[in-house]
Amino acid sequence: MKRSIWLWVLVVAPAFAFGAEEIQWKMDPFHPNIQDKPSLQRGAQLFVNYCMGCHSLKFQRYERTADDLEVPHDILAANLIFTDQKIGSLMTNAMPVEKSKAWLGAAPPDLTLVAKLRGGDWLYNYLRTFYLDPKRPFGVNNKVFPNVSMPDPFLQLQGTPVEACHQVPNKAANGGEERDPLVPGLAITHEECGFIDVVPGSGKLTAKEFDQAVYDIVNFLYYVAEPARFERERLGIYVLLFLVVLYVFTALLGREYNKEIH
Amino acid sequence: MQQPQSTSRFPAMWTAFMAWVDRRFPATETFEYHMSKYYAPKNFNFWYYFGVIATVVLVLQLVTGIWLTMSYVPSGQGAFASVEYIMRDVSFGWLLRYLHTTGASAFFVVVYLHMFRGLMYGSYREPRELLWLIGMAIFIAMMAEGFFGYLLPWGNMSFWAAQVIVSLFGAIPVIGNGLMEWIRGDFLISEITLNRFFALHVVALPLVLIMLVFVHIVALHHVGSNNPDGIEIKKNKNADGIPVDGIPFHPYYTIGHDLPGVVLFLFIFCAIVFYLPEMGGYFIEKPNFEGANPLKTPDHIAPVWYYTPYYAMLRAATYPLFALDAKFWGLVVMAGAVVLPAMLPWLDRSPVKSIRYKGAISKTMLGIFVVSMFILGYLGTIPPSPPATALAQVCTILYFSYFVLMPWYTRVERTKPVPDRVTMR
Repeated sequence: MKRSIWLWVLVVAPAFAFGAEEIQWKMDPFHPNIQDKPSLQRGAQLFVNYCMGCHSLKFQRYERTADDLEVPHDILAANLIFTDQKIGSLMTNAMPVEKSKAWLGAAPPDLTLVAKLRGGDWLYNYLRTFYLDPKRPFGVNNKVFPNVSMPDPFLQLQGTPVEACHQVPNKAANGGEERDPLVPGLAITHEECGFIDVVPGSGKLTAKEFDQAVYDIVNFLYYVAEPARFERERLGIYVLLFLVVLYVFTALLGREYNKEIH
Repeated sequence: MQQPQSTSRFPAMWTAFMAWVDRRFPATETFEYHMSKYYAPKNFNFWYYFGVIATVVLVLQLVTGIWLTMSYVPSGQGAFASVEYIMRDVSFGWLLRYLHTTGASAFFVVVYLHMFRGLMYGSYREPRELLWLIGMAIFIAMMAEGFFGYLLPWGNMSFWAAQVIVSLFGAIPVIGNGLMEWIRGDFLISEITLNRFFALHVVALPLVLIMLVFVHIVALHHVGSNNPDGIEIKKNKNADGIPVDGIPFHPYYTIGHDLPGVVLFLFIFCAIVFYLPEMGGYFIEKPNFEGANPLKTPDHIAPVWYYTPYYAMLRAATYPLFALDAKFWGLVVMAGAVVLPAMLPWLDRSPVKSIRYKGAISKTMLGIFVVSMFILGYLGTIPPSPPATALAQVCTILYFSYFVLMPWYTRVERTKPVPDRVTMR
């Protein structure tokens, strides 16, 4: 036992750490904005429609969500609660854990804290990098999380994502793009594979709209991971200002006492 | 006939009340002994803030800890969920928790600076050996307190860090495996372990810490404070028996020096609590946002930053010796690194106390010690690799050489003459 743990620390752990960084995908940045209430509201709507069948938010309450996202309780209850749950309920679902393991290979994780666990960047790219792969049980694979056992929830919205090869400009010696010396402006290219293209006309949303939809979901999950963030960031200013004022007075008081020391 | 004017600043009723109390309890006497007639050297500088700040943080940890305990559930099923309940459903629960998690890190920052002050000015030297030893006991108790507390959120990093650290005891020959099971109370980290760590974290170690801090202050006020010049101010007293370089601790240090310092500390502390509570994964590590899972090991297990110098030294031992595992020697090196500073009063043979009057070798060695501590602290956070391990080995040797070579270099170097009176700079 002891030897196996030691072996783990020395040998296996670095291997894992290395493996974790081995994502062959250029990650697009994700900049959360919890002040963007419409984005959070759309994210909540998309989440309950496309994610919540399988994934719960078991530490988050509907009521808290409604209050923080500035949605009246009755509107939220009418539009986002599909079961007989009450507004004060935790946002759980009816997916039985044991059965879901049999159905999907692994139980879908609770997503309350996923934005803190994985990070917003990871989520934003993960949700946008599913592609068709007939070798996988659900017919889809993922660039950011290879061989994940989750099906692609966005086939309707995004359309059909397929792996594709693109012509990519060569790198010139000076770091820019290599240009054809005979045809001004024409780049010299080579073929690179591993891109994801969406079959035109197969989805409800355009590429831009889809990116926005995924942004909204991830933004919502970013909020859900720490709903107190609103209050924390608002309150912090007052606390710090109070301490500045207090410091001025205590420093002046201290100076009076220090005058007596020779 | 006119009544004589009272010379006291206090109303007569208060004076009468205190007289009544003092006949039954040494209230005024105790206050004077420890505060208003405790004469501290007048040349305290920046480094003398951290003792009082450590006390402030201790109180903060106790108070926030009590309130967290009101909502925390120490069970395998309930622990992780109860922390999220505190973060969401308890009024200002998020604030209590962030104060407590940031407080843990702040405690170590402040205590490390407090100890560094002792190293610089020779505060461990005669007659303060016991004061220093009590301080070392506080440091070790703090490390234990932090370790037990880290398991309580029952996140995946909590679980695996506890698993790795407890497994270290398994390296002890013969009794190792039995000892490991005895600590965990189980064959792996389980709810039984969680419950006993909870008891130790919220009752046993806080009691030990409070008692040790009390004794630390009693010892300090008995021998008197050291100062940046390392001069004994008690050797130079005026006709009233008051040290000529001393000033009453209250109000000159309490209000004149410490109060603005504490407010400044609280500003930095609150800036972190409100705007950077996870400190990019250093105060609250990412895998801890997932519940404990014995079947899923985090990609990279690292202790919280305040243990990482010692963890790096543990991993730096890679050679088996005398038919004993490298891991066992790692444990010995780590324990040695933690305990060795306790030997300082007997390792330092310099005729002077303060670094101000010590020679170039002492100054260089102290610098090397600090740099190696920082490098080790960083190396402890990253996964091991051959170059990192080699660097950790070099730094471990440098760390130990600060202590082991001290009897030699403090004796051979040229020291500067110590002035008779403290200097204000």
